[in-house]
Amino acid sequence: MNAGRPTATKVHWWWIGGALALMVVVAMWAAVSGAVSIPPMDVLRTVWSKVPLIGGDSPVDATTEAIVWQIRLPRIVLGLLVGSMLSVAGAAYQGVFRNPLADPYLLGAGAGAGLGATIAIVYLPNIGWWVFDPLPLAAFVGAVAGVGLAYVLGYTVRSGRTSVTLILAGVAVAAFLTALQTFIQQRESETLREVYGWILGSLNTAGWSEVTLVGPYVVVCAGAIFVYRRLLNVLAVGDTEAATLGVHPQRLRLMIVLFATLGTAAVVAVSGLIGFVGIIIPHTVRLLTTSSYRAIVPLSFILGGAFLVFADVIARTAQAPAEIPIGVVTALIGAPFFAVVLRRSKGIVT
Amino acid sequence: MHRHVLTVLAVVALVVAACSSDTASDPTTTTTEAASQFPVTIEADNGPVTIDTKPQRIVSMSATSTEVLFAIGAGNAVVAVDSQSDYPPEAPTTDLSAFQPNVEAIATYDPDLVFISYDPGDLVAGLEAIGITVIVHGTAFSLDAAFSQWEQTGAATGHLAESVALVAHTMSRLDAAAALMAGATADLSYYYELDDTYYTATSGSFIGQVLAPTGLVNIADEAPDPDGFGFPQLSNEYIVDADPDLILLADTKCCGQDAATVAARPGWDSMSAIAGGVVELDDDVASRWGPRIADLLEDIVAAVLALEPVDA
Repeated sequence: MNAGRPTATKVHWWWIGGALALMVVVAMWAAVSGAVSIPPMDVLRTVWSKVPLIGGDSPVDATTEAIVWQIRLPRIVLGLLVGSMLSVAGAAYQGVFRNPLADPYLLGAGAGAGLGATIAIVYLPNIGWWVFDPLPLAAFVGAVAGVGLAYVLGYTVRSGRTSVTLILAGVAVAAFLTALQTFIQQRESETLREVYGWILGSLNTAGWSEVTLVGPYVVVCAGAIFVYRRLLNVLAVGDTEAATLGVHPQRLRLMIVLFATLGTAAVVAVSGLIGFVGIIIPHTVRLLTTSSYRAIVPLSFILGGAFLVFADVIARTAQAPAEIPIGVVTALIGAPFFAVVLRRSKGIVT
Repeated sequence: MHRHVLTVLAVVALVVAACSSDTASDPTTTTTEAASQFPVTIEADNGPVTIDTKPQRIVSMSATSTEVLFAIGAGNAVVAVDSQSDYPPEAPTTDLSAFQPNVEAIATYDPDLVFISYDPGDLVAGLEAIGITVIVHGTAFSLDAAFSQWEQTGAATGHLAESVALVAHTMSRLDAAAALMAGATADLSYYYELDDTYYTATSGSFIGQVLAPTGLVNIADEAPDPDGFGFPQLSNEYIVDADPDLILLADTKCCGQDAATVAARPGWDSMSAIAGGVVELDDDVASRWGPRIADLLEDIVAAVLALEPVDA
């Protein structure tokens, strides 16, 4: 059950550099891929024209510019943000709960977001007077409420406030919220595809507004977890040992879970419940490098974003011009990839 | 329409055969003799269904069947319809769920005939076990299939003549609407939107077939359709690049979409259809295979003609 007894490995600069290079290559590949074939030079010209001060009028036609600048680039940036946040949140959950199976949805964030989104889709009237789209807000509130409920339940258990009680509370809350969600979803056949579509996740409708909505949450939440990366190593040795090292394990766990949950809630609110990223990316990093959270947190951030953008390129090109739900792609290519990493690794470092 | 004509003949022949004691050789013109048309056997989606006497208490668990029943004059015998059946207004809407149907809840209305479009499990078996006749009319994948269902509904309820007339009337309305397009500019394209995540319907879908005679080109036909359902989700950038002349919104109710929300989407302001080519349709009409498909096509044709005057 111990997901990361830290070893005293230093964070090599080439790990970070290599991951960053990979991310940049994937992002560039994503920028020139899509249902519409656009010459790489036109993509470059469009991006160049948007650079403040030095960029000038775009030399490409309006449709190409709209596709590159208003559709593809925000989709890539949003993919980076969502993938990064889910991976870091997954790493954080695995650290604080010392559980290799932990993912960002462990404590009911996914079930809560699903319930919130389903309620918004099924019950909220779709009329013009909404000044904003209520769906992301409902999903966000649902995710935070789900984890809040699990926390309250877990911490009112008399027998002890251990991380195991909290996980069990999360399992109970998630089952309950999923049951409610299924009940509401099955009552209304007309909104069924919308609900399923949201749950499977998609970046197809992403624009810059989603990026600006989610960006601040990811910066603050992933940043906070980055600050806590050494303390995650301390938590990994066990609550009692951590306490002797001057750390208050429960308070620390609460803070890290809070940031991981807020970040997860924000990204799933606009992307839907994209699964698998939060589990395989931190573990891949562990298997390839070290079990120290000093490396796992930043590398998960970079590679998680790269992985999701990669998956999204597959989602929008494999059957172009039709899309495949991205949640399907992350599992379809993620599972075999992870199996290969698992087989090739010399030893499991959990 | 050849298959369709065969279906009509088959239904008529069936009815004639069913009432051999009836000396009237043309049952389609004798609605007053409706009662004598029974027993009748129709070939529904759940196999041959025999109705012994004219149904007096009908429950419809299908919004399409409800519209058809009222359109052919069988509304008087309808005692309850499911929660989604919101048309016509005089339909006795209840809280019966067609999606999660409950045998006991349906039996409460003491029906002698139940129409359903979807059997989630053993609904048919459950109803038949308590002596209730069930007709399954599943989602129609072609106009011919829809017309055949309407006529079966007529035969089963003693309104065959009206149902045959309804089919003929609808066919002539569809033909007339399509004929108006004959003078319009060729090669106009359309994007048919099912929801605001860009799910669409190809030409192979039911709605695509309704639109086919207009000569409008469906931009979704490029999409691979391995499942054969004809409802792919299109990439945002593909729609923008295809730049269809018409954006047909069948998600005005489900997803609150209209010309303004479409224009506000990322990248969509560069599309030519934004200037007058967005047509707001009624989701309910568009998702059913009832008589109002003619209204739908007439609305679309009117929008095309407004966009591209014939003499322009």
